[in-house]
Amino acid sequence: MATLAGVLRGPWRQVSGLVKRRFHRSAPAALQLTVREAINQGMDEELERDEKVFLLGEEVAQYDGAYKVSRGLWKKYGDKRIIDTPISEMGFAGIAVGAAMAGLRPICEFMTFNFSMQAIDQVINSAAKTYYMSAGLQPVPIVFRGPNGASAGVAAQHSQCFAAWYGHCPGLKVVSPWNSEDAKGLIKSAIRDDNPVVMLENELMYGVAFELPTEAQSKDFLIPIGKAKIERQGTHITVVAHSRPVGHCLEAAAVLSKEGIECEVINLRTIRPMDIEAIEASVMKTNHLVTVEGGWPQFGVGAEICARIMEGPAFNFLDAPAVRVTGADVPMPYAKILEDNSIPQVKDIIFAVKKTLNV
Amino acid sequence: MRKMLAAVSRVLAGAAQKPASRVLIASRNFANDATFDIKKCDLHRLEEGPPVTTVLTREDGLKYYRMMQTVRRMELKADQLYKQKIIRGFCHLCDGQEACCVGLEAGINPTDHLITAYRAHGFTFTRGLPVRAILAELTGRRGGCAKGKGGSMHMYAKNFYGGNGIVGAQVPLGAGIALACKYNGKDEVCLTLYGDGAANQGQIFEAYNMAALWKLPCIFICENNRYGMGTSVERAAASTDYYKRGDFIPGLRVDGMDILCVREATKFAAAYCRSGKGPILMELQTYRYHGHSMSDPGVSYRTREEIQEVRSKSDPIMLLKDRMVNSNLASVEELKEIDVEVRKEIEDAAQFATADPEPPLEELGYHIYSSDPPFEVRGANQWIKFKSVS
Repeated sequence: MATLAGVLRGPWRQVSGLVKRRFHRSAPAALQLTVREAINQGMDEELERDEKVFLLGEEVAQYDGAYKVSRGLWKKYGDKRIIDTPISEMGFAGIAVGAAMAGLRPICEFMTFNFSMQAIDQVINSAAKTYYMSAGLQPVPIVFRGPNGASAGVAAQHSQCFAAWYGHCPGLKVVSPWNSEDAKGLIKSAIRDDNPVVMLENELMYGVAFELPTEAQSKDFLIPIGKAKIERQGTHITVVAHSRPVGHCLEAAAVLSKEGIECEVINLRTIRPMDIEAIEASVMKTNHLVTVEGGWPQFGVGAEICARIMEGPAFNFLDAPAVRVTGADVPMPYAKILEDNSIPQVKDIIFAVKKTLNV
Repeated sequence: MRKMLAAVSRVLAGAAQKPASRVLIASRNFANDATFDIKKCDLHRLEEGPPVTTVLTREDGLKYYRMMQTVRRMELKADQLYKQKIIRGFCHLCDGQEACCVGLEAGINPTDHLITAYRAHGFTFTRGLPVRAILAELTGRRGGCAKGKGGSMHMYAKNFYGGNGIVGAQVPLGAGIALACKYNGKDEVCLTLYGDGAANQGQIFEAYNMAALWKLPCIFICENNRYGMGTSVERAAASTDYYKRGDFIPGLRVDGMDILCVREATKFAAAYCRSGKGPILMELQTYRYHGHSMSDPGVSYRTREEIQEVRSKSDPIMLLKDRMVNSNLASVEELKEIDVEVRKEIEDAAQFATADPEPPLEELGYHIYSSDPPFEVRGANQWIKFKSVS
């Protein structure tokens, strides 16, 4: 499918599958790991750690995962723990939620989050709201994961970003990893969390390799849900993003740095509960804000950030209105030139930064 | 001699606490049990079905009678409180369907699991919650089983997963609970209920497919009360043989007004599932006296004559009472006494449900997340904050 190597961008190089997972444990030096391998490793470690954890979804077992994210898991854990489902999103999402209510810890994979729309009632009404409705009697420790947002050439019905939709709902936690460290730490935290967690992955990032720092190689490495990370320190402007656009922001920052503009790039990591304090602290330092996301502008993640900044202490520190960079307000077109211009590009981020700084 | 002394001391002890009629009853001899014929179930993909006779002990009979009467009076009390506007919003009553909730419970163990839709008050009781906790939840008070956060459609207890408001959604949930039963290997089953209206939901067929594929110990139960809100079964379903709708899943159609029939069918179905054969489907033919909910008088799509006919010929409590009295398992007076006791219990519960205060406003934000440290939840504007505790 669209997982093809043609997706490589920027300075990151893809590492072939020659690196064996087993040896990662003892390697003291930093190590190259793709996002795909990171999620795989995270799930593998949690499956091993707690026998209540299991994975279900379409093609997750014998096919090794539609995007090979669950490669090797069925061979290792068998039919009981890694379950291939028929094409029945509403049904198997409901089954997963029921299993969670009864005390298991399911990971429910949607082949893409576009298909989660078939099952969204189970995610929201059966999973997200139940702990509240039961006044704390019935927790739902489930993870919904899968690729979210635009891919390459898959057109309108397969390219929607669901960060805003899921981020809207109390009772859910929503995480959106960018790199391998994010992916590994967040999937592990999500699985160990006693609440319903939606993990929005990105198909174009699956094959991208990153250096995994030593502490991230530990079996107990967790990234706390609800905490953003400052990927790059800066003084002139705060640029906030989640998922793949974080990489674009860093590229834009590198270009801008040559012109003397230092961007502070924040990787949200979690959509809900959002770490607005991290953004506020940064804006109070830089006095300027640009948000970047792949989803549509109306009612999006950036819109929420802007509203909250206005409500908080950081508003008085803004020297210019906050600006949003988003996907174009259209269903995703197919032709490459149209698709390329429907998602935020590095040049769009650079332009927005300069406009905000009035340079 | 010893027997007589024992009888005398029993009588005296009885006389110390109870009115004269009780003393007389204590000295009367009832049968310990009796055998009854029950209706044969229609079968789908099954060679044999539940037995056509069953033994009812006096003890069980009294227990079932009391439970059904409690559900009946509780629902009627809810009707009253709703009309007084002490209960708000949705209120779906199950009077008429008591043999279903009490009969199902009689056929399973407390360690088995049950999930149903919104007509759930009866099941909340049979699964173990006291009437006062149910009524106080309906009136939205802090003593409610969900502390007033859930209301009529969202009551939970041990091994009882609600109370679900979205029609049909509870069925895949039930199949998932059954998956957990199989995963844990403890021979437990899950009773997964839905109505004749919900029976046409697509996700139910998805659940049938996966339950059969993976041999989940799930008993799918269609409580067919002939009407999905205001739509009769003939107007909603191309096939009203709900017990056959599972296609590859064996099914039985059960007289849902006869508690003994329901009990035997449930035992049969539970044994089937526990043996590892996979899911089974039960259609309980039953009837609700009330409309769909308290907003529905229930007479625009069916006649008063029909309702009255069911009441006079098939009322589940009356059927059990007649059986017990005619077989000398209990006396009319004894059952009347139970009625009096139940009425008092419901009255006390209603008092509690009306007098108990509403949940404290400070707890509005509680129970968003499980096992998390406290955090802040936004209120109607940015200055209103609620603390959220797990």
